[in-house]
Amino acid sequence: MTEPATDTAPESAYLAHLAGGRFMLQRDPLSGCAVFPPRLRAPGHGGVLGDFEPVSGRGTVHAVTIQPRRPPEPARVIVLVDLEEGGRMLSHMPGADPDSVAIDDVVMARIVTEGDVPTVVFEPAT
Amino acid sequence: MSWSDAFPRGRTAVVGASTFGLGLCPGYSALEMAAEAGYRALDDAGLTIAAVDGLFVALPDDHLGGLAMAEYFGITPAIVDNNRTGGSSFLCHSIHAALALDAGLIDVALITYGSNQRSNAGKLVSALRASPYETPHGARMPVGGYALAAARHMHDFGTTREDFANVALSARKWAQKNPEAFARDDTTIKALLAARMVSTPLSVSDCCLVTDGAAAVVMTRMDRARSTRAPIPLLGGAATVTHKEIAAMPDLTTTGAAISGPRAMAAARIGPGDVDMVQLYDAFTINTILFLEDLGFCPKGEGGRFVSSGAIAPGGTLPVNTNGGGLSCNHPGMYGLFTMVEAVRQLRGEAGERQVPGTEIAVSHGNGGVLSSQATLIFGTEATL
Repeated sequence: MTEPATDTAPESAYLAHLAGGRFMLQRDPLSGCAVFPPRLRAPGHGGVLGDFEPVSGRGTVHAVTIQPRRPPEPARVIVLVDLEEGGRMLSHMPGADPDSVAIDDVVMARIVTEGDVPTVVFEPAT
Repeated sequence: MSWSDAFPRGRTAVVGASTFGLGLCPGYSALEMAAEAGYRALDDAGLTIAAVDGLFVALPDDHLGGLAMAEYFGITPAIVDNNRTGGSSFLCHSIHAALALDAGLIDVALITYGSNQRSNAGKLVSALRASPYETPHGARMPVGGYALAAARHMHDFGTTREDFANVALSARKWAQKNPEAFARDDTTIKALLAARMVSTPLSVSDCCLVTDGAAAVVMTRMDRARSTRAPIPLLGGAATVTHKEIAAMPDLTTTGAAISGPRAMAAARIGPGDVDMVQLYDAFTINTILFLEDLGFCPKGEGGRFVSSGAIAPGGTLPVNTNGGGLSCNHPGMYGLFTMVEAVRQLRGEAGERQVPGTEIAVSHGNGGVLSSQATLIFGTEATL
């Protein structure tokens, strides 16, 4: 009988870190880049991944789309963000002016909990 | 041996093709629609359901739809393939059917699909696992995924919203020649650009229809196909998957069609210059631009200018989506099978007012997920064997 790779599988571990206020990702030792979403082994080659470690939260907007909502709901600013350490996430920018967000903008992560699930959103980097 | 060397070029053929219930089909379940399309395709082939020993199915509302379909038809097939790669499922089915037919494992394959999403739900019916990473962001999907790719294409290559509108206008002009098409009213670039925004840069007019619809094709080996009314040989096919969620797409402006297309064409021993027309899955206007680039019909980044030149519209150099496509003909949720039916109708010379004379080779291209799964088929007339 093979033992489980870890006590908690990576999806739950990632979300538990977020719930504790920590934005943590695994790094692929071969590429040196962070991996998102978290995985049991490295995507592509299946090698061992490093333990979860903190990431800076800095990233660059790779693409943005604005989704209008029925007023008074503000439009949703949906972004793909390339993290400084590697990995690309889909996220949104609550409160951001839809007209001011552009590809290549530098942004900073913030952990929020809407409902039960903690998640990473972004705001313009200062 | 490579995929392209191993593919059974021209050794199988589509011998029956049908649509059913396009637009609105109240009173029918998805299963019944798929069954009726299947019966009609078999009628077209001059075969009966009793001959079917390979059944290929993807239904919108039943993950075990292949089992339901076998029960409904009252058959015990040797192969039931319930593969679900989204809207490209049926092109993948066709590749798998060709391999099983050529191996002699089965003799008659039926690929069928039906959806009553417009009558039943009034919106796109989907059966996806919610991503714990993406769901909390409240993005409207799948349109958001395609919009992000469209935004990046505009940024990298100077593609414009007018280019997107030209895709929609070309589709509408073809639809106006197709009595089966759902949206046939006149429109203009100005009207298309003024449509309500859904997810920038895509407006309602950049999104496919939400309709009912069913389709089916029947395939056999070429030896047996020759005794049927109008066989259309499958010259090549290939597929791949690059991701599921849009964040994991390796390059937002290059799809897996850049892999499946060249591989399918190599199997068919043709190049893009040999292709007379393209039937592709235009869930959104950006799809047409991306796939024409990735399949090799224009250089990467030039898709917008290519479609705005009029090349893909009636009278153009490369007719695309001659039935009106998902944008103007019909879109029941997983459109891929309709690209195959239209290619077959054109190659048989049975496309009526929209018939493109002299069509010898047609590409059928399917897409699934958010540009995630790509599958390409090459069909030809018997003269191309």
